[in-house]
Amino acid sequence: MLELSHHILDIAENATRAGSKTVRITLTEDTHSDRLTLEVADDGRGMSAEERGRALDPFFTTKKVRRVGLGLPMLADAAQRTGGTFTLDSAPGRGTRLEASFGLCHLDRQPLGDVAASLVSLIAGNPDVDFVYRHRHDAAEYVLDTREIRQELDGVPMSHRDELKLISDNIVEGLEEIGSEG
Amino acid sequence: MAKLKISDLKKIKEKVHAETALREGDRRVRVTVHMGTCGIASGAREVLDALMREIEESGVSDVVITTSGCMGLCSREPLVTVEIIGREPIKYEYVNPNKMRQIFKRHVLEGEVQTPFVLARGAEIVK
Repeated sequence: MLELSHHILDIAENATRAGSKTVRITLTEDTHSDRLTLEVADDGRGMSAEERGRALDPFFTTKKVRRVGLGLPMLADAAQRTGGTFTLDSAPGRGTRLEASFGLCHLDRQPLGDVAASLVSLIAGNPDVDFVYRHRHDAAEYVLDTREIRQELDGVPMSHRDELKLISDNIVEGLEEIGSEG
Repeated sequence: MAKLKISDLKKIKEKVHAETALREGDRRVRVTVHMGTCGIASGAREVLDALMREIEESGVSDVVITTSGCMGLCSREPLVTVEIIGREPIKYEYVNPNKMRQIFKRHVLEGEVQTPFVLARGAEIVK
């Protein structure tokens, strides 16, 4: 993956395929502690103890069409090579929560990249799933909650082209306003 | 803080309701961009972005976008499936934004399969 936003897209797509109704993505840029933290939490079917134990093994997957599962191992590796950490918490029926922390100014940290494109891709491809994106930069915060938008749209699909354009522009503007350094 | 304006959302709602009243069928084409880890690492998000721009520019409202996971042919990613209702699905391989634009203009809008980019016809079966 070239950007952290690709990881976000990958992990959140996994969450949607695990039957999640709401996926919460939180990015925290803390310049004081020099940490960038990504947290993805879903309410999907969750993992068994065995699946959770082997989730970082690149040669383990629950898929039948191939023998490798690289999404989580690559994210964990990306975090650890910047002096960060990776934790995974999951249980059947309780959903999954992962947290990856990165050295914010570390030379090996991938750039955040196009977060707006990743979120819009998620919303376009999964119009029935809700996404709550929270991005903190020290004290400033930007929040996008598709549940609020869905309520206002009153039956109009979230994947409508005008809607996606509006959301994309809003994310770009919001991240500029909070001064994201990612 | 940037806030989505209620008035903008209302405008979209009214526009979509007006469009819906004008046409009979909801969906004519479904385009699936395969968004497994392999697809994303190969550029599937950029392909989806190009597709969304084409839909926006053309103004069509009967094309539905979906995403799916890896189908096991990681080395052929990015993969895109175009399914015109009533016809067999066509799977395209090694798609990039330029190919996606061509596939949209020629296949999705005009029905002409872009044979040089085709991986397979039909739907995959997972055993």
